[in-house]
Amino acid sequence: MFDNFPLWPVRASTTAGSVDALYIFLVLLSAFMSVAIFIMITIFALRYRRRAGREAEQIDGSNVLEFTWSIVPLAIFMVIFVWGARIFFLERTPPRGAAEIYVVAKQWMWKLQHEEGQREINELHVPVGRDVRMIMTSQDVIHSFYVPAFRIKQDVIPGRYTTAWFRATRPGTYHLFCAEYCGTQHSGMIGQVVVMEPAQYQAWLTGGAASGSMAANGQSMFLQLGCNTCHRFDTQGRGPDLVGLFGNKVQLEDGRTIAADENYIRESILNPSAKLVSGFKPIMPVFQGLVSEEQLTALVAYVKSLTPQASGAAGSPSLISPGKQPQEPKE
Amino acid sequence: MATAVSIAAEREHYLNKEYGIRSWLLTTDHKRIALLYLASITFFFFIGGFFALLIRLELLTPAGDLVQADTYNKLFTMHGVIMVFFFLIPAVPAVLGNFLVPLMIGARDLAFPKINLLSWYCYIAGGILVLHAMLTGGLDTGWTFYTPFSTAFSNTAVVEAGLGVFINGFSSILTGLNFIVTIHRMRAPGLTWSRLPLFLWSHYATSVIMLLGTPVIAITLVLVVLERAFHLGIFDPTRGGDPLLFQHLFWFYSHPAVYIMILPSMGVVSEIVTCFSRKRVFGYYFVAMASIGIAVIGFFVWAHHMFVAGMSLYAALIFSILSYLVAVPSAIKVFNWTATLYKGSVSFSTPMLYAFGFIGLFTMGGLTGLFLAALGIDVHVTDTYFVVAHFHYIMVGGTVMGYLGGMHYWWPKISGRLYPESWGRLAALIVFLGFNLTFFPQFILGYLGMPRRYWQYPPEFQVLNVLSTAGSTILAVGYLLPMVYFLWSMRYGKLADDNPWNAAGLEWKTTSPPPTFNFEETPVVTWEAYNYNELPALEEVRVER
Repeated sequence: MFDNFPLWPVRASTTAGSVDALYIFLVLLSAFMSVAIFIMITIFALRYRRRAGREAEQIDGSNVLEFTWSIVPLAIFMVIFVWGARIFFLERTPPRGAAEIYVVAKQWMWKLQHEEGQREINELHVPVGRDVRMIMTSQDVIHSFYVPAFRIKQDVIPGRYTTAWFRATRPGTYHLFCAEYCGTQHSGMIGQVVVMEPAQYQAWLTGGAASGSMAANGQSMFLQLGCNTCHRFDTQGRGPDLVGLFGNKVQLEDGRTIAADENYIRESILNPSAKLVSGFKPIMPVFQGLVSEEQLTALVAYVKSLTPQASGAAGSPSLISPGKQPQEPKE
Repeated sequence: MATAVSIAAEREHYLNKEYGIRSWLLTTDHKRIALLYLASITFFFFIGGFFALLIRLELLTPAGDLVQADTYNKLFTMHGVIMVFFFLIPAVPAVLGNFLVPLMIGARDLAFPKINLLSWYCYIAGGILVLHAMLTGGLDTGWTFYTPFSTAFSNTAVVEAGLGVFINGFSSILTGLNFIVTIHRMRAPGLTWSRLPLFLWSHYATSVIMLLGTPVIAITLVLVVLERAFHLGIFDPTRGGDPLLFQHLFWFYSHPAVYIMILPSMGVVSEIVTCFSRKRVFGYYFVAMASIGIAVIGFFVWAHHMFVAGMSLYAALIFSILSYLVAVPSAIKVFNWTATLYKGSVSFSTPMLYAFGFIGLFTMGGLTGLFLAALGIDVHVTDTYFVVAHFHYIMVGGTVMGYLGGMHYWWPKISGRLYPESWGRLAALIVFLGFNLTFFPQFILGYLGMPRRYWQYPPEFQVLNVLSTAGSTILAVGYLLPMVYFLWSMRYGKLADDNPWNAAGLEWKTTSPPPTFNFEETPVVTWEAYNYNELPALEEVRVER
């Protein structure tokens, strides 16, 4: 029972160090403040303990002291605030070009899929030194993706995507916890993140039997659902051209301009008239309840792959003619 | 209870004026209602505490072996619901506040005595519903009722428990309303706002939160019930609702509710520290205004419970900085209590030991709050045992220490009897040590990454969990002791003087126990609060025994 008794969590991501640094600062600050107050109370209580013949001296207070012990803590608090906020910015800003993992949580299981198509359950394999961004949603209740060794946590919410990112720095196997209470087997909704050397990771990636990349799967969904009848890759379609959509601004019918991110694509598939693109009619059917979360992530991955220069990628406009089989992606 | 005291004295007072069950259940005397609350919150405290012990026993080993997973989930849910809504929120205001607010301002009763009794019946009705829900299916949503789990997935008695908490909320609203009107309208001649004891300032601030905050949780729970029972789409995304909306509404009340729990105990500590150092409080206006500041700023920090919930980056920044602002008035109070000891005449009586315990544990709880308000750290430690430890330091280390300190301080006034001083000190020490052993290891567990609400856990967390469980058994002894010797003292305790501590404050200027209408004649106040320069310290005779 005592052979395995850590007092500090493993540090295995690029952000873990900065979180620990602030934590250590706060531990020292708190220790200093607690000890200081403890000593003051002890000294006062003993030095001025009740004795016969000695009366308390009445002191009303001191404005100088009051302002000092209001402003000095406030100044320290502001330092902590800025420090904490900087780390948070880092944690919330995924670097460009990160590998993407799509995560679907359900009671009580993590389903993860790599861009390349590999599916995993309660296990995530990632290489050392590569930025990894997770695009996560839940099929049922709220869960929370938590890897203590990476110091990251993000609630996973039904009905929308939330994201988190990390860059692993140290090969090993680390806990993956669900941190938001989700019912009976909440504490069983655990898994592991396996961080591998890049070469090993490549071997692992090619070893599994992937059923085509996510974008390719998405493309077959796209054809199967007949999306291509309206979303054509020219300006003649009854729906907007999707090439180059992701990451760009969209002018809406109601005059607003919004950024087309994963949540926008998701919403526009499930409930198309919610944010109608300027110049188009609300004729697209509602897909809410007709596609599973996995199918939806594949569709999103496909739409994201449709970039103007991605001639060889799965989303190449040349592949769009109905009935044609989707191709394997080239790296 | 009434029979035990009746032998004590022939003089007529609120306890021996009438006998019989009707004289208690239909009373409008604020002091008797306070005792009704005392009996009922004690009952709920020990039920909630029993659940806590079962939770700790389950966590003694990494495997889920003592109870089933579903049972465990119900245990921590019911522990939370009962402790938060049926003990911590009413503890100090409904017992000590009810008893003392009229006495401290020289009034005959609260402004609305019948509404005061109604508030207790709301509490009891809500309590019965929740107990019934607990016995018939239980509740497994966590005390936070998070949607869509609570509205669409849980198979337990969410509707009934939700309605129980809803009805109980009216008890809080009515008490807050009563205190506000009473403090505004019924102060004795000469008792200006600047002469109010700090206990009253903190109860005033608390009452404002009760009155403005509680309706929001009431509405939210009604929406949960509507969504669950009638499938309205409010929080459930599959019906077009928004689960984060629930969290915003829930925490809009439930964060200020933390201040409902802690502010009254802060008031108790101000009374005790001044009395047992024989001094006017250091910086009276700053301590009083800190209570108001906490109540006001406390309404604008709720979303710091949601930093990883999917809120926008900029919203998180605003709630982080506001959370730091609300920490300043708390720091001011701690510094002022410490400075009050300076050049005082300090005695180590039982209430003072609890006050010291409060300051120590509240300081630790407050400092760890700084960790959680720091966005980058909150991401790692939120929803782990770090948070569990933090809020127990505030709500148990703070609120319960203040409550027990107050119970000891005013027990002679309430019962007319003295409790055994050495047992009192021993219990205070046991509570303090047991508390720290229970909850300090949980800070480390949290930073190591152990999530809260886990029925089973990886084996490397076991050592710290064993320490915590060991502490909880010590803590349980510490909590049982006062109940035993308080009950004992009602029959066997020494008779108390009207003012056994020689304390300032109007409540000590009437007899112990007070007559039904509190004062023979309405007092006229010509002195500032805590005029200990006019009240010599008693010799240590009684205290040292």
